[in-house]
Parts: sequence; structure tokens; C-alpha cells
Amino acid sequence: MAIGSMVGASVRRLEDPKLITGSGTYVDDIRLPGMLYVGIVRSPYAHARIRGVDMSQLEGKDWVVSRVTGQQVRERQRTPLTITWMIPPDARTPDHWAMATDVVHYVGEPVAAVAVDNRYRVEDAIELVSVDYEPLPVVTDVEQALKEGAPLVHEALGTNQAYHFNVTTGDIQAAFRDAEVVVKQRMVNQRLAPVSLETRGIVAQYNRAMNELTVWSSTQIPHLLRYHLAEMLGIPEHNVRVIAPDVGGGFGSKLNILPEDFIVPLMAVLTGRPVKWIESRQENLQNTVHGRDMVDYIEIAARRDGTILGVRGTIYANLGAYCRFFALGLPILAGLMLPGNYKIPAFQVDIYAAYTNTLFIDAYRGAGRPEATYAIERIIDMLADEIGMDPAEIRRKNFVQEQDWPYTSPTGLAYDSGNYVPALDKLLHMADYEGLRARQREHNASNPRVRKGIGLAAYVEIAGWGPGQATKGIGVRNQLFGSATVRVDRSGSVEVFAGASGHGQGHVTSWAQIAADVLGITPERVRVYEGDTALVQTGVGTFASRSVSVDGAGVYMAARKVRDKMLRIAAHQLEVDPADLEVVNGIIKVKGVPIDEDVVATGTLQTPEAAEPAPRRWVSFEQIAESANTGHDLPEGMEPGLNETAFFDPVNFTYPFGAHLAEVEVDTDTGEVRLTRYVAVDDCGNVINPMIVDGQIHGGVTQGVAQALWEEVVYDEQGQLVTGTLMDYAVPFSTDLPMFETGFTVTPSPVNPLGVKGVGEAGTIAASPVIVNAVVDALSDLGVRHIDMPLRPEKVWRAIHARSERMEDQP
Amino acid sequence: MIPREFDYVAPATLEEALKALREGGEEAKVLAGGHSLIPLMKLRLAAPSLLVDLRLIPDLRGTSTDPAGQCIYGAMTTHRELHLSAGGLLAECAGTIGDEQVRARGTLGGSLAHADPAADLPAAVLALNATLLAARLDGNGGSAVATRSIPAGEFFTDMFTTALEPGEILTAVQVPQLAGRTGTAYVKIRNKASHYALTGAAVVLQLESDGICGQIAVAVTGAAARPFRLDRVEQALRGTRLSDDDIRGALDEIGRLDVPWLSDLFGSEEYRRHLTGVVVRRAIEAARDRAG
Repeated sequence: MAIGSMVGASVRRLEDPKLITGSGTYVDDIRLPGMLYVGIVRSPYAHARIRGVDMSQLEGKDWVVSRVTGQQVRERQRTPLTITWMIPPDARTPDHWAMATDVVHYVGEPVAAVAVDNRYRVEDAIELVSVDYEPLPVVTDVEQALKEGAPLVHEALGTNQAYHFNVTTGDIQAAFRDAEVVVKQRMVNQRLAPVSLETRGIVAQYNRAMNELTVWSSTQIPHLLRYHLAEMLGIPEHNVRVIAPDVGGGFGSKLNILPEDFIVPLMAVLTGRPVKWIESRQENLQNTVHGRDMVDYIEIAARRDGTILGVRGTIYANLGAYCRFFALGLPILAGLMLPGNYKIPAFQVDIYAAYTNTLFIDAYRGAGRPEATYAIERIIDMLADEIGMDPAEIRRKNFVQEQDWPYTSPTGLAYDSGNYVPALDKLLHMADYEGLRARQREHNASNPRVRKGIGLAAYVEIAGWGPGQATKGIGVRNQLFGSATVRVDRSGSVEVFAGASGHGQGHVTSWAQIAADVLGITPERVRVYEGDTALVQTGVGTFASRSVSVDGAGVYMAARKVRDKMLRIAAHQLEVDPADLEVVNGIIKVKGVPIDEDVVATGTLQTPEAAEPAPRRWVSFEQIAESANTGHDLPEGMEPGLNETAFFDPVNFTYPFGAHLAEVEVDTDTGEVRLTRYVAVDDCGNVINPMIVDGQIHGGVTQGVAQALWEEVVYDEQGQLVTGTLMDYAVPFSTDLPMFETGFTVTPSPVNPLGVKGVGEAGTIAASPVIVNAVVDALSDLGVRHIDMPLRPEKVWRAIHARSERMEDQP
Repeated sequence: MIPREFDYVAPATLEEALKALREGGEEAKVLAGGHSLIPLMKLRLAAPSLLVDLRLIPDLRGTSTDPAGQCIYGAMTTHRELHLSAGGLLAECAGTIGDEQVRARGTLGGSLAHADPAADLPAAVLALNATLLAARLDGNGGSAVATRSIPAGEFFTDMFTTALEPGEILTAVQVPQLAGRTGTAYVKIRNKASHYALTGAAVVLQLESDGICGQIAVAVTGAAARPFRLDRVEQALRGTRLSDDDIRGALDEIGRLDVPWLSDLFGSEEYRRHLTGVVVRRAIEAARDRAG
């Protein structure tokens, strides 16, 4: 990779002027003439038979333009909501239709919809629909759902269990038989709500004469949404256009095909009028996907010197009422990544996934990797505590070492590159680990009420989704390759069309930096387009920390093609060999030829002929753009135009890694935890824009800290959502957090031309175990060994008083 | 979400407001800052037919001092105004409510009349032995305004329920002047999601010249269905030097309290009972130290 002056620089975000001045365009900013507003009637029961839907009270209300029941929607839906990751291939899955017809399976499941001509009447119309339900038995807990005699979520499946999946390597029995020490713990990775600041929203417009559908959607995956909308509605794919305008965060919650994604466009088709649906915050908490919700039983076998001999675990994963987009694969990912950064000679994991009468689970920032990292990093800390070893030392001892590459994990994953010891060492140095420990001992010896704790965790994750053959092999049905088009206009301005679909990540800036460096111009001259299926050649979207290593690589490759063509044109005009040319600040010149500093500084040259004596030794970027776009002065036989597309299918995933540390203070009177310091060292390969990478770490760490301390989706035994508003679901505030200290090590990835690994989820993956380790560290003298997340003050207080929680019996 | 349809009036005088409230009947509600009522309406948990907005009534704003030296705060005084200019316990307490935006709109009267069990200000008015003034139209269907005084200790009757009668509007809060070596404090543990008080304690105390506690009032909010005074803790502390041992001993009374404790995701009854002891102790210590 040719690193120029822009890649690696903290270029200010080019997309920010509109976003911070309120001049962006989100879905709710789109207003079309004659627009209708869709309201969804939802089930108040977690499990019930629908005896009847009575919409007669809507009759005579002239503001009600259209209404549909589940049956009517079902008749128009050609295929169920897609499951895009089918793993294991024989998993039991129910068909998921956009609206319930005879049985509802979770609170909030759509049962009818209305379209009204006045936004102020939407909730009135919903209230006028009465549905007669016969309540059925409910199960919400995954371990309960797997027990004999549990209420069946889907009677037709005959069981709640979607699958059992096992991976075993090495002699696990021997490892535990020969162990000098075994530590085991049940850990709950609680259910979370993604809570993007912009809720979901859809505007749809249907042109009946042309059978054309245009959908503006707050989505992470416009091209996949188009494909599946076309499939479900029976409209040719090229007649469907999906536009993701400015999108205010997603965290995976907009990486899906959810019921409203079909219902709202259907209302446009049925009425022939534009329709809008903007999700309320309650709908967002109740009906947009939830994440996590796994219960792990983890055991580790080791020698007294800290050498790990084996790890075995059982994961019970709650899928919710249906199986959504990537949901089947997440518990398996949690199992496959469980070995983490460590050499583990014997390993076994059993994964059971089950349906319950709760909202469906799917990808939420980290998606399987936070669950894996939490489990292994907690159990290693517990082992260190048990044998009296420093938590940094036990990790260093068991890390996969530099000389172990190429390295394949116990679960068969070939890590692309990694160097874990330097990242840990850098962390300990940045944090002044020994000093911290000394101050902790001093503080705790003299202050029995507020106790300091220090926690750390390492992580390795799997990002850069993804390699086509490998993902096909594990049952992913959609494409995952990257794509980009780079176009140079006649005036010399540059446009980039990329298959990712950013929603806060800063792609507009990062892609401009990549293209600018290749083309020898400044990022401000590059404009980036994403998220419109009519503009962008093809794409997959933005999720799984994939954008830079897959689509970013595509931008690089397409820009290289453009550059090569520009050099060929320049070589022709200058009568030299293309290999003798270089591009510097908008000037294409013969290597080694000095250029007047004014020319270099401005990057442009008004009258080159006058300024330079013959023979010409250089030509401006604009001149080549003009030549290519007019077709003048091109080499014989060359096609005019400067418009190149590249597709990039990586040969492997990427495996970003790092190590984080936190210092906390625990008030033993109240159980309150205060985070006083957070230090992160991450290795995401080469860095395009350090400021953007820092921002990703800050946001990711915040969500990981929030899982550890605050966030939890809670259902009661009847499947009613207890945490249905932000008065009950605790999201993080910036005032709860210290300034994060970030650092990087750079281990380039060999699997893409940029050497990048991706960084969107790293912070979230690392942070939860760091915090829990720190809190348990603060209280270990009091006999506390483990506390389940979130560490609400009452739980911490009870742990202090009850000493340790015991490993409960497995079902 | 959008609330159900409702009518709205913003009268310019208290008399007009009382009339509107009477004519609106049972489904009419008074709107002060709107930080509790409007969210309930948007969630469709409340659906008043008429909102009588008090924001244009000048008499309900501002602060004055009566001849007896009592401070009188208009019911529409915002939390921000209290925080910046009331001084003492009310300022400290109001400063812990919500955030800048909430304090800029939320009002003293609105908070007290809504009687959210986790609201902060009820604890302060209880500890200050404040008197709440309520106005209504006289009983004969006429338009004469009658006013009555309700001691804070009799005002909060249950969760979201007060001694206000239908048709009555809370107009002002009267706070007796504190004299001598007095100290006050408000300490709360927040519910992390709502940031309301999971448990909060307000303390007003007065020390004699020899450092003996002469008077002390301790009020607790968030812990139970309604805010309450800790009379027996107060009794146990009067006449002591408020030493750590004195306080610890007095707090034993909390274990014998019979109040309608709350229990939810963020705090069981047992935990709230425990936190009550913590916040009360911290508030007494802070007030004692401030009384110097």
C-alpha cells in the first residue's frame, strides 16, 4: 500500500458541517405531497391467539385512508422475512411473516396497520382498532424454554430449541482430569437495546403506472433491503430504489429486515400515496431488535503456574420469538471466538439456541464477540485470583505469541495477523500499571468505605465481513464483498460511490482520504456517495466492522485503476513511459523533476505551457481529467472517460485486537460504581484517520461500559417489557464517564490492500469485562468473586454483603 | 407519540384559571412546567380533556417575604430560579433535579402537586416545615377566590396524591425563616435511568451555642409511596451532639419504620431501607458540618 500524506492524518470530518448545523436530511425530514402516516397496531400480549380484529370503529373516519389486518398483509407477502445466516443448516426456524395472523408471539408484534392523512391522528386510529386475544402460556427465559414441558413458542416446531452446536478440540477430559486448579462460573450476558439516537423510519412512494417503488429508510443495508423488498413484494429488483439518507446511528439495529420494512412500503403500494412511519422511542425499545441475552457456564482448567490446559463452556442463547437476519450465527460466533487471544490446548463449547416469547435478538455492536470476550476474560481473571497471579501476567503467559503465526485458533479460525504482547505492554505503560497498583493498595488500606479496583482485559475479534467462500461455507446467504466506483469529472472533481452505508462512522472523510492519496489530490476535492441503490453500483452496507477493510479497499482499488489510466494519458501527452511518472499535489510529472513551489502549494497550474519550457515534463490533474472526459489527446485505442469500478472479495476475515484497562471506585455503603480512569490500546491495523478511530473507540467503550454498569432489557414473567422507556432503560451519559486515554499498536492485516482491520466494534467488545474485572478486583478482599451485569448498585451492595454468588445448577 | 385530543387555555389571572378548572370538570388538569404531565399524555397514560396552563399568571411567579420573615415562593417558580436564588436547602435540592432544560421549565408547584414519590422537592418542603397555599373558588358557584394553608406534613397523602381538592390550585409555598446556627443538606442516590431520587434525604437542623442539637427535621423521598418525616430519628437526635455514634444509634429507628416502601428494578424494599439510612446519615453529617 502506498501511504500518502492523507491516509494516517486526522482530517476533519467532511460530512460534519451539515450534521452539526442541522442541515442534514434524515428520513423524518422527507415530506412528500399527499403523504400518509402509518400506525401499527401491536400485540399487548407476549403469547396469545387472535380471535378477531375489529376495525369497524374506523369506518366513517375520513382521515383514515387505508387499513390492513395480518391476513391481508400475509396475502401480499410472497416470502417471509429473510434469515440471511442459516447456521447450522438444519436449525429449526419458524417462518416470520410481517404481521401475525392467528397467534402473536411477543409483546409488540404487529397485528394490523392503518394509514391516515394527519400525523396527529395516528395514535387515535390505533386506539380505535380492537383485537380479541386469548392469552396463551408464556416463557421468556432461555433456560426455562429448554426445559421439558415449557410452553412452546411455536407449536409447529415441536420444541423451543432451534439448534445444538458443538465444537471440541483436544483432549478436554484429560485437561480437566490433570488440572491443578479448575474455576467455573455461570455468567449472564444480559439483553440490551441498541437505542440509536435516531429511531427507525421509513418513507415509501409507489408509482402505480410504472410499478416503481422508492423507499427512504434509516437502514444500514440499502442494497440488501432492496433485494428482499423486491422479493417479498414481487416487484422487479430494478424497479425498487432504496435510499438511506443521513442515518443517526444503528449499532446493528438497522441491519435487518423487520416487519415494518415490509408493512410500510406495502401501504404505499396499496394506497398509491407516499407513506411515512417514524418509530417512537417506545416502539424502538419494544420492537427493534435486542442484542446479547446469553447465559454461559464456563470452566477453565489450569496449572498452578497459570498455564491454561483447557476451557469448556455451555452457552444458552435466547433468540426471542423469531429468528432474524444474522441471529442464528451470533451464539455460534460467541462460541468460536471464546478462545480469544489464548493458546488453549483443549477446548469444548456446546451452544443451545432457543425461542422465547420476547422480542427477537440480533446483531448489536459486537454481535457475538462481546459475549465471547466477556466470558473468557472473566474466567481468566477468576483463575488469576484463585492462584494469586497478576491478571496482566496470566494473560501474557497464555497469549498466542508472535512466533505462533500463521495461527489457527482451537475453533479453526485462521487469525490474519496479531501481536498481543506489545499491545498489553503498551497499555500497562500508558496506565503506569505498577504505580496504579501501589496507589490502589495504599488507598484501600486507609479507606474502607470507597474501594479502588483495577481491571483489564485483552480481546481479539473477527471483523471485515467478509470473504465470499468462507462465509458461504458457514451458511451466509448474501454477498459480503466490497465495491466502489471512482469517477473523475471533466473539471477534475472526484466522486466516489461505495457499497458501504455509513451512519455516523465518517466514511465520507475516510474514503475521500483513501482516494485522494491514490490520486495525489486533497480530500476536499473528493465527494463520497453511499446508500442509494440507484447511484451506487452494488453494496452490502455497514456492519460487522467491515466497511474499511472491504469497501474501503474497493475505493483504493478503483482509485488505483483511475490513477493508472490518468498516468497512461499523461505518459502519452508527455511522451514518456507511465512508469516514469508520479503524482504530487495534483501534478502528474516525470519522477525527480522539480516543480515550482507555488505550483505544488496550490496544486494547480493555470498556464503550464507559458510557465515551463518545452519539452513538457509535467501536466496537471485537471488537464488529464479534461482530456479523458472530452476524449481529446488520448492514446490510440483508449476508451474515453475516467470512471472505474472495483470489487473486492477478501481472502479472510480480519482479527483486530487490543487490551484495555479501567480503574473504578466502589462505594461499599451504596454499591455505587464510579469509573475514574479508562485506558485503551487497540490494534486495527493501519489507521486511515486517527481522530475517527479514536471516536469509534470512545463510542464503543461507552456502550461496553454501559452494558457492564447500567443497561438491561427486562421482561416480567408474563413477557411484558419492564424497561419500555428511557425512564427505566438506563443509557450512558457523557457525565458518567472519564476522558478515555487511547493508544494504538499497528499490525497490518495481510488480507486487504490497505492493511486495515476495522474498528467499529472493538471498544464495545473490550469494555464490559474490563469494568466487571475492575469492580470484582475492588471487592475481592471481601470475598466477592463474580457479579452479573449490569452492576446496578443494589447488586453490588448485595454481593458485598452476601460474599460470592455460587455457580447455579445447569438445567 | 402524540397525546389524545385536548383543549387548552392559558388564563391571565388566577380567578380565570380556577373558573376554567371548575368548568372543565373532572377531566381538566392544571399545567405548570409540563415535565411530568406532558410525557404521561404522550404515552397516553393521561388524557385530560382540558389543560389549564398557569404560565401567564403573574401572581404565581416570584418570591416575597412576609412580615413574619417567611419566604413565599410562587408556585410557578422554576427549579432553575430556586437553584440560582432561593439559597439554602431549596436551592441545593432544586439544583439536583434533571438537567438545565428540565430545571428551566419544571416548577416548584408542579413538582409538589404532581407528588411523584421520587421527586426531590417534597423532601425539602417537609424538612423545612413549609406551608402550602392553595386557592379555590368559593363554594357557592361564585367567582370569589378563597385560600387555605396546608402544612407540608399533611400535603402528601399517597403516590401521585395530595391534599389538594378538585378545583384547587397550589399557588405558593411559605417557608419559615431559619434562625441561629442552622445547617441544611439534601443528599440523594439517583435512579440511573430516570435520574430521579432512588432515595433522597433532606435535613434541616439547628445547633445550640454549646453545639447541642436543638432542632432537627429529617425528610425522605423516593423510598416509599410518599415522602415522609423521620420523627423518631429526629427525637433521638435532639439534645445530642450529633456525633457519629449518636447518628448511628438514631438510624436504628429506620429498621422499625412502617412506611409503604417501594420496590422496583433499581431498588428492592430492603435496599431502599438501607439507602435511607445512608442518605440520612450523609445529609445529617453535611448539615451538621455546615451549621459549624
